[in-house]
Order: sequence, then structure tokens, then C-alpha cells
Amino acid sequence: MRSAAGGGLMEIFMYDLLFGPFVEFEFMRRALAGTTALALGAGPIGVFLMLRRMSLVGDAMAHAILPGAAIGFLVSGLSLFAMTAGGLIAGCVVALLTGLVARMTELKEDAALATFYLLSLALGVTIVSMRGTNIDLLHVLFGSVLALDNQTLLMIAGNATITLIVLALIYRPLVIECVDPGFLRSVSGAGAPAHLAFLALVVLNLVSGFHALGTLLAVGIMMLPAATGRFWARDVTLMIVIAAVCGTFSGYAGLLISYHAGVPSGPAVILVAGVLYLLSLLFGHVGGLVRQMLPQRHLEA
Amino acid sequence: MTAALQFSNLTLGYDRHPAVHHLSGAVNAGALMAVVGPNGAGKSTLFKGIVGMIKPLAGRIERDALAARDIAYLPQAAEIDRSFPINVFDMVAMGLWRHTGVFGGIDRHSRRRLDEAIAAVGLTGFEGRAIGTLSGGQMQRMLFARLLLQDARLIVLDEPFNAVDAKTSADLFDLVRRWHGEKRTVLTALHDIDFVRANFPETLLLAREPVAWGDTATVLTAENLLTARRMCEAFDENAAECAVPPAAA
Repeated sequence: MRSAAGGGLMEIFMYDLLFGPFVEFEFMRRALAGTTALALGAGPIGVFLMLRRMSLVGDAMAHAILPGAAIGFLVSGLSLFAMTAGGLIAGCVVALLTGLVARMTELKEDAALATFYLLSLALGVTIVSMRGTNIDLLHVLFGSVLALDNQTLLMIAGNATITLIVLALIYRPLVIECVDPGFLRSVSGAGAPAHLAFLALVVLNLVSGFHALGTLLAVGIMMLPAATGRFWARDVTLMIVIAAVCGTFSGYAGLLISYHAGVPSGPAVILVAGVLYLLSLLFGHVGGLVRQMLPQRHLEA
Repeated sequence: MTAALQFSNLTLGYDRHPAVHHLSGAVNAGALMAVVGPNGAGKSTLFKGIVGMIKPLAGRIERDALAARDIAYLPQAAEIDRSFPINVFDMVAMGLWRHTGVFGGIDRHSRRRLDEAIAAVGLTGFEGRAIGTLSGGQMQRMLFARLLLQDARLIVLDEPFNAVDAKTSADLFDLVRRWHGEKRTVLTALHDIDFVRANFPETLLLAREPVAWGDTATVLTAENLLTARRMCEAFDENAAECAVPPAAA
């Protein structure tokens, strides 16, 4: 009798803990929908960035987007459309110029990107300071996942949908270009368009990300789940699935922690993703540190 | 016999400096030809020109009968990222690009060809292995399986037997013979002169300039080989413009 009552209390407690905030508050449901959509698109993108040794490209692109979004903000205030368009344009211009320079000159991708994103950043800061207004860029820097309106939510979901569809379309050339670019060049001209489309998807997801998590943390939900996936999977497909699931879970758990502990939600989401990553780094099935250090006898063949 | 490839006063190179200088001649369809010469002789450059990766500095390569898809190319150092998580089966399946393209699936017929190609190079049972776990020889076997599936009329192999043991070379050369038997044109860059003498009917001896080209026995004379070795590899920053008029040869 006592145990049954205890069990009932426990159930109620767990229910309140795990689902209560989402049942009770609409903004929590919106936030959950937002982070889920974000994770589904950004996770797979992150996996390809990692496999192409472009893990820091996301970060650089986030810097390149910031000025575009800031200009949008200057022109028409906190308007979803202006800031999104500004960010998209700035990001795509930088991505396109980077891709062209890397393919047509001696400069490698990393150097080309570094030059253009720094230019974009400097240009953006200049424009902002010339206007001299003390604008509130906190929104852009740290996002506002707890205040997603319908429009923003739709845009994030739309971007995730576009990402998954385009990724499915360019999947084969993208994979072959990662493994054996010379071969792809010898059989097809699909490499360059696939690469540029992929860069556009990176920008799209960062723009989605900055509304929810801010430009600085948007990269987190892209790269951390991807790196987590690498410790559990030996093939790309599984890696993508793990990254998307990890990102989704990070969104859910991060929002809960943020609600119960009263910490800012964006960082909480990324911290959960970070904890998942650290656990995988230690205990991961594929090359995790603990597994490497375990004394294991070698096999016969 | 029809020509698969025709070079007219062809000069290939980098940054205006020639690596293959004034090459003229034709490769007959169905030829099995070795390209021999010291390091820096222009063998790889010639192959890159043939497959269209670099444009001639002067002269022409005619490959009218061949579309890009009819040419299969195995570079000397393939830029393969061996840490990429992909297995042998998927890697070999790339050879089906002509049939599948970006979206096409692998049907039962293609699947059978895939299995046959993997068996032909002796990698049956390795289909699920990650490419990062393969030895150098197995890697080369895998790339040959992919070449098999490409089903190309012109196959260009740049030093395919380097750093590969005798057994693997012999197995892979059996495939080259098979291609020759199927009337495909095969060009192979090699360093092993005795192997060329024993196995290739036709040879081009290259040392930036073509030294000799034709029947292997008449090309690979001691005298010709010495000439090829003497030709310097100089890349002169201040070289004068080539005096041979473009219309010559």
C-alpha cells in the first residue's frame, strides 16, 4: 500500500519533472519544436562538415553571417525577414567567394574562408558603428529560444525541411567528393555544384540557429552532436542518425534544465550536447578513450 | 586500325613550362601501351592531359571517338581520404556512376557485376571492411575493381604497380590482359623495364621530349634508355620561349 502510494507520487514527480513544463507552457513547446527542427537539419550538416575537415568552417561562417544580420536589424529593426535575409546574403556571398577562390587559385579553402569572413565581419562592424546607435544585438548573439514566434518557428522548420531534401539530393556526389575528389572529377561535374549547395545549407542552418541560439552557439548544435556520432558509428548514415538524435535530445534536456534550474536556455542546450560529447569521447564504442586504454589482448587474426 | 588518341605537336606543362614537349603520334584503338621514362619525364602529365585534367599549352589531343565517360583513370597518388567511414563495397560501387549517376540505384544486374568485380580482384569477403583498414595492395585491388565496373574503352593507369607486391601485381596485370583481350585501349606508366619488355607490345619512351615510340623491342634499346636518362629535368625559371614554331611537326 505504502509502496504503491510512493510509486504514484514518484510517477507524478517524474511526470512534472520531464513533461510538466512542456504541457503547461506554450513557449516551452515552441522552444522544443524549434530546437528539434534545428537539430534535425544541423546534425547531418555537422557530420559532413566534420568528415570534410571543415569543423571550424561553421564557426567562421557564423561570424560572416553576423554583419548581414546586424545590417538587417539596422535597416528595419527586429524584423525576422530583414535579419534572415541579411544573414543569408552575407553568408552565401562569403561561401560562394570562398568556394570560387579555393577552386580557381592556389589558396586553399581555409585560407580563402578566413580572408572573406574577416572582411565581412570588419565591414559589418564598421557599418554598425557608423550608424552610432546602441543597438541591442544580444538577440543575435545569444538568440531567444524561449520567445520563438510563429513566423520564426515556421522558418526554422522550413529550413530544416529544405536542408534534409537538398542533402538527400546531393548525398552521393557529396560523399564521393569527400572520399575521392579526383575520381568524382573524372566521372562527373557534380562535385562543384554539390559543394556549393552544401555550403549554402551550412549558411541556412546557421541563420536558423541564430534566431534560437544566437550566432555564437548555433554552431554548437551543428558540431557537438556530429563529433558525438563519430564515437559510435563507423558509417556515415548511422553517424547522421546519431547526430540528429543527440541534437534533439540536447534540445529537450537543455530546455528542461533551463526551466528547473533557471539558467539561460541556449547555453543549457549546448552544454547538454557538450556533456553527451564528453561522455562519448570517454566511453565511445569507436575509438573512445577508455576503450583505448582498457587492457585487451590482441586477436589471433 | 582506327586511332583512339591522336597527339599533334602536343605540349603539356605547368605555368608555361613544358613537361611533355612536342609529342606527335597516335594510339591505336585496342593498343596495350607502356609509357616509360625517368621521374619527371612527363608520364603523369601526359596522362592528365589525356583524361582532360589539364589543358595543352600548345598542340592538340584528339579523342573524337571517346567521351569523358569512356575514359577511366587511375592516378599515381589517388587523393583518397582513407579515414572516411566508407566500406569496400560502396567504394567499388562508385565505378557504376555511368549507370547510376546521382540518383540511380543498383539493380540486380549491376549487383552481380559488382560481386564479380570484387571477386575478380580477390576481395570477396572484404565488402564490409572500412577502407581505412586495407593494406596498400588491397587498396589497389579495390581501385582495380572500381576500374572494372567503369567499363571504359580507354583505361589510363599511372604507375599502378608501385609499392605493390609481386603476387598483387601479377593478379592485377591479369586484369590488364583481360582488358586488352576485350579490345580496350590501355595506357600504363611503368618503371620496370623487364616487365615492359615481357608484357607490352608497344612502348612510348618519354623524357619530356618523346625519345622513341613504337614496337617495344625497338624502343627499349640500351641507347634509347641512355638518351632518356641524360635528358635533364631542368625547370628553368628564366627559360626562353620555345623556338619551335607552333605549326611545326
